[in-house]
Amino acid sequence: MTEKFSLNVNGKTQTVEADPDMPLLYALRNDLGLNNPQFGCGLAQCGACTVHMDGNAVRSCITPISAVGDAKVVTMSGLGTPEKPHPLQAAYVEEEVTQCGYCINGWVMTGAAFLNKTKKPTDAQIKEALTGLKCRCGTHMSIMRAMKRAATMMG
Amino acid sequence: MTKMENPIAFSRRAVMKGGGALVVSLGMPMGMNTLLAINSALAQDTRPPLKPDQLSTYIAVNADGTVTGFFGKMDMGQGLATAVSQMIAEELDVPVKAVKLIMADTALTINQGGAASSNGVQAGGKQMAAAAAEARRVLIEMAATKLNIPADQLTVSDGVISAKADASKKATYAELIGGRYFNVELAWNKAIGNGLYAPGQAKVKKPSEYKIVGTSVKRTDVAPKAFAQEGFVTDVKRPGMLHARMIRPPVAGSVPVKVDEASLKGIPGAKVVWDQGFLAVAADKEWDAVKASRALKVEWSNVTPAFPDEKALYDHIRKAPVRKREVDAKSKSGDVDEAFKTAARVIEAEYEWPFQSHACMGPGCAVVEIKDDQVTVWTGSQKTHYVRDGVAATLEMPPENVRAIWVTGPGSYGRSDADDAAMDAAVIAKATGRPVRVQYTREQGTGWDPKGPASVHKVRAAVDASGKVVAYDFASKGFSRVEVNSNGSKPHDTLAGQLRGAALKPLDNFRVPEESYAFDHKRMAWETIAPPLDRASPLRTSHLRDPVGPQIHFASESFMDEVATALNVDPIELRLRHVKSSRDIDLIKAVKEKSGWQTRPSPQKDQTGNKVTGRGMAYAQRSGTRVAIVAEVDIDRSSGKIWARKFTVAHDCGLIINPTNLKQTIEGNVVQGISRTLWEETHFDNKAVTSIDWLTYPILDITETPEAIDVVLINRPETPPSGAGEPTIRVVAAAIANAIFDATGVRIRRVPLTPDRVKAALA
Repeated sequence: MTEKFSLNVNGKTQTVEADPDMPLLYALRNDLGLNNPQFGCGLAQCGACTVHMDGNAVRSCITPISAVGDAKVVTMSGLGTPEKPHPLQAAYVEEEVTQCGYCINGWVMTGAAFLNKTKKPTDAQIKEALTGLKCRCGTHMSIMRAMKRAATMMG
Repeated sequence: MTKMENPIAFSRRAVMKGGGALVVSLGMPMGMNTLLAINSALAQDTRPPLKPDQLSTYIAVNADGTVTGFFGKMDMGQGLATAVSQMIAEELDVPVKAVKLIMADTALTINQGGAASSNGVQAGGKQMAAAAAEARRVLIEMAATKLNIPADQLTVSDGVISAKADASKKATYAELIGGRYFNVELAWNKAIGNGLYAPGQAKVKKPSEYKIVGTSVKRTDVAPKAFAQEGFVTDVKRPGMLHARMIRPPVAGSVPVKVDEASLKGIPGAKVVWDQGFLAVAADKEWDAVKASRALKVEWSNVTPAFPDEKALYDHIRKAPVRKREVDAKSKSGDVDEAFKTAARVIEAEYEWPFQSHACMGPGCAVVEIKDDQVTVWTGSQKTHYVRDGVAATLEMPPENVRAIWVTGPGSYGRSDADDAAMDAAVIAKATGRPVRVQYTREQGTGWDPKGPASVHKVRAAVDASGKVVAYDFASKGFSRVEVNSNGSKPHDTLAGQLRGAALKPLDNFRVPEESYAFDHKRMAWETIAPPLDRASPLRTSHLRDPVGPQIHFASESFMDEVATALNVDPIELRLRHVKSSRDIDLIKAVKEKSGWQTRPSPQKDQTGNKVTGRGMAYAQRSGTRVAIVAEVDIDRSSGKIWARKFTVAHDCGLIINPTNLKQTIEGNVVQGISRTLWEETHFDNKAVTSIDWLTYPILDITETPEAIDVVLINRPETPPSGAGEPTIRVVAAAIANAIFDATGVRIRRVPLTPDRVKAALA
């Protein structure tokens, strides 16, 4: 039933024994002790579980562990630290974006992947990149401010 | 009332008294107070019992001079912790960063009601400021004794008390009491929960003395979230913990009659917990619990589907027998029925609002651990102290044996599914003898949370021959806003309790509009109807952010516009004719000016083409706070799609503690308000709720958010602060509907204003 999977997460390679169909989210949260990606829907409808795989934002709640392969997985805690933040994390702090903050992985990881590839985005491009993500507290106005601040920081 | 008289705490107190410690009473000479405070201050590791009339219950000075505030409410993400820390720092004359708040842990904080009715600052902050002021007073008295300088010749800055005449004569808070607890009695008003107030002898500062209150101190809770350093309730892990999932019936009201445990064969460690209607699975590994929840074969009882036809929901409400009717006494004037008999003209309309879900960002989650006779609950509920009581009742244990710890949850917005999750976890922990983490599925999070009630609102106005509105009659009829109470302290108010035999005991309550409109004859009333199912209903109602405020004010403020149009008057002009509070007049004038409002009646008559724009306003009060809003809306006539493009908000909540936090709290209200106005509707068939995820219960997307929300903050330093967490959400729907009318001449009286509904209305 279970198999061993070697995962490269936040620069470290670790082994997880699991059902091949177990979503990556459960491996990250329970086996590797990384609490940052959250369970929001299990349906790829909200983004709370978002991580990077080889620089692309993916929903870990529907990504089977067997599909990860040797992709480099990065979670929000691997994206940056208070000492060395990703510009979007710094912008989040500066703009005091979050309310409950449960959605933050979706917005930051999707936003960071987008900003890493898109210089000087327009408002419409930012919104298009973030469409589909959910924030129930309604912090969208400050999310936009943070995205624009980060885009400026990233030139 | 929460049980306060903790027997363990009392016995410790008796020992203290026996040991010669004395309680400082109000009204004793200052010098004596001081000596006693010093002599009987206790070591930090033996905090005195939590009692509402003790200063140590709220404030402590640590050995390093930092200050701990013990706060019986919590910050649900709108910056309350920062605001309350500012209030404490201000009264104590310490830097804000020296204040650390401990929130809503029942072992460490008194029951101040949890998050409730936007009163975190209004009631909670008020108490913390009063306690901090008293702490400062006592510390100055202690310094006066120590320095042998009269108290009135001392000054405080950054936690250092010094002689006004000679700054070298000084004593720090840390030197005076650091690491020990105050032993000072407060004048408690005997209320527990939201009403708790226990000031000391000290007066709080005058607004003119404020240095910290009123400034935009940065929140410290954002960085830990942005760097994934802060744990949510979902992240709590205990040794030996089981993961559990609930199994809910496919038809509301049905219960398991046969559970086939063999269907879980092959799933390691999978267990079933079944007690009457209560059914759960658990496993050591979370994924195994998920698999077990999908694999379990259950035979359910046959029941007659209980829900009305959704298409006829509002007729169901109109026709249903009235359980309770109440006419608001405070706002009643004249003789409404008589006035309508002699009216030259009557204007009337009805408005409809659907069931809505909290649809929290994550479904409910809680962890419960039972060790011997001690229970610990980790919960994201906004009513931690009541969760303690609910878990105690569920487990048939004294509340003293239960500790509930608030940990940030995935949003809340009222009585969400968080309280139910805690009770479910308690039942499973008891049944399995293991610590248990329950997390609901998305389907359960949206489908089974307590709902905001559906309602119908009938409004009419009588106009005399001169065109003056002489009578106003507002009547709501709907499901009660509290079929289950706003907290889970009683098993019959929780799914676990109801599924294990406790029938629903619905309370009957609604609300009336809050405004200062004066009419010669005025009546505002509400009626409630029966819930469709007597227990464990996914359509049971409870508090959803600004309980029934959005629905009521959608009706009342849409109607004011309808009257304005009928009288060919500008909508703001009509409101200004009738509002009586000067604060309301200032507010409405402020929003008018800031939004660049053109004085004219609605609708506009000169727009052609597919894309049209309109403007609409609405105004309301909420527990002392006043909000006026102008929405500017774009409408695509062919698709029916609305873009609520720009809002201008004027907001008056008295004294402002933190302008940036306040502004962002208002923005969140507007955005969630647009979502509830344009998209949100809980669908159901006769068997079950069918809005169960983000596709079937859509909320506002970032591509639909406004391009601007301009906020005018009206600061009234001499007026005690009132709330901001909910007032703005109640005016959003009417402002949008009024703007649609302004653009198109079409009045839509049913929420949500989805593209299909708008398109149909415009056809």
